[in-house]
Amino acid sequence: MTALLEARGLRLAFGGVRAADGIDLDVMQGEFLAIIGPNGAGKTTFINMATGYLRPQAGSIAYEGRPITGLSPRAIVRRGIARSFQLPQLFTEHTVLENAALAVAAREGIWSPLAPLLRPRWREEAAALLGSFGLAALADIRADALNEGARKLADIAMAVALRPRLLLMDEPTSGVAAAEKMGIVETLVRVLREARVTAVFVEHDMEVVERFADRVAVWSQGRIAALGPPARVLADPAVQREVIGIEKAGAPPVPAAGEGGHA
Amino acid sequence: MRRAEPLLALAAAAAMVVAALAAPWLKFVLTIALAKGMAALGIMLLLRAGQVSFGHALYVSFGAYTVAFLAPTLRDSLLLLPVAAAMATALGLVVGLFVSRYRQIFFGMLNLALSMVFFSLLEKLYHITHGTDGIRVALPTMLGQALERTSFEWAIFGVALALALLFGWFARAYLDAPMGQALAGIKTRETRLEFMGVPARHVLLSAYVLSALMAGCGGAIIAMTTRHVTPLLAYWTASGELVFIAILGGAGGVIGPFLGAVTYELVRVYAAAILAEAWQAILGTVLLLVILFAPGGLWGMLAALFRRRRAA
Repeated sequence: MTALLEARGLRLAFGGVRAADGIDLDVMQGEFLAIIGPNGAGKTTFINMATGYLRPQAGSIAYEGRPITGLSPRAIVRRGIARSFQLPQLFTEHTVLENAALAVAAREGIWSPLAPLLRPRWREEAAALLGSFGLAALADIRADALNEGARKLADIAMAVALRPRLLLMDEPTSGVAAAEKMGIVETLVRVLREARVTAVFVEHDMEVVERFADRVAVWSQGRIAALGPPARVLADPAVQREVIGIEKAGAPPVPAAGEGGHA
Repeated sequence: MRRAEPLLALAAAAAMVVAALAAPWLKFVLTIALAKGMAALGIMLLLRAGQVSFGHALYVSFGAYTVAFLAPTLRDSLLLLPVAAAMATALGLVVGLFVSRYRQIFFGMLNLALSMVFFSLLEKLYHITHGTDGIRVALPTMLGQALERTSFEWAIFGVALALALLFGWFARAYLDAPMGQALAGIKTRETRLEFMGVPARHVLLSAYVLSALMAGCGGAIIAMTTRHVTPLLAYWTASGELVFIAILGGAGGVIGPFLGAVTYELVRVYAAAILAEAWQAILGTVLLLVILFAPGGLWGMLAALFRRRRAA
């Protein structure tokens, strides 16, 4: 296995808060890598740096062996890295189908002034994509009328429509009703495996991590505290104390030892 | 309603020709309305992106003054029109490269500021522009033919009508195409465009240049119809008028701006004749009623009526 994304020594501080304090991470070709950790640990900051939204103050990021540090989001997308958002970023006045078709158009070429967006080929591709996400029945309603779960899926579908080789997802299941959650993740994983997309996803649900991640990285105060297969990492007492105790409200309390919790 | 647009546009064009035949003075009013409608169509494109330009009189006046300056040398209206269009488009590109970086109030005010700079240049550079006296435009020829006044007015009315149909057709296709849909995406989720690899600035810039072209053509037609240009063409109230027309007509369809322009010009003519002191108050009231009760403008009202009749 080769590394698709290589982050080395990433540092970024907001005032006194160290959101990234020396992040080293290799994302391997074809893997599903989960990122877990308490709020404020710098998980979203990592995604923002990898997609060009934030520029690290130190360190470097390489994609397919070439440096991408400091490139704009647009330049990075064109190289094959797409992202989805914790708060879905949809074109709210367009239908779900038009949202998906716009993403297809963004990949194929937006600069045609006369042929319609919903030309047969793009309409078919957008409809097929929505179908694979289980959104076919919602294709013709406006994006702002969707429920949270469907908005999340549509948001991810738009990122997948760009045909990335690496997809970074910021909390794909947050805000999704517990009953829908597993179904959504199963759909997502099936679509991504079929498209052979490498995926990094920030996740708070340990059950999702255990079932779907190949590896899990534990973020803590801007650093990676642990990295490895979920079975091993999640069993680590330190990780349980740091993260899982916080994540799983209602779980049996783990005896606290030494240092306190995180802000 | 959308599907009926081309037919409705042709029917409206025919109705305008009939009206101009029946009442010759209407020919002048309708030509001006078509010219302003073109400029308002450009404003409407920008409204789709959620941006309001309070300075598009810049391009109208630029097109008009181009005609006024070049009329003695180029002479023919079918030469003057494309040259004025090209000049306004070039100016739109230069200004657009700058203003397309800005959004909302900054976009609106920068456009306003630039148009006011041009206004004061027109007013102060007396030895070039003849200041507030303006420049008289000699009667241009048409395809090399020297026409007498009435025939020329008919010809320029025909040109305005053809151009309005052309711009309407183009804008309709443009708004449906990926570029136009991405333009509407600027209004709701510009960051998403960037994360899809689409440069939102260039999407807005292309619409801006298009709007400058349309306004420039409108200005050229105004210059050849009124045959007298003054700095007032660039004054901020002229820009406001275009926004007024776009909102009055409605941004929901490409016929809207033209419907707004014809309504505006007719209300202006009649209201000015009947209530010389109060016609602006009447226009203001009309706009207020439209904003409060018909946010889709006159076109939105028509479309709603049409749907109800279909449903019934």
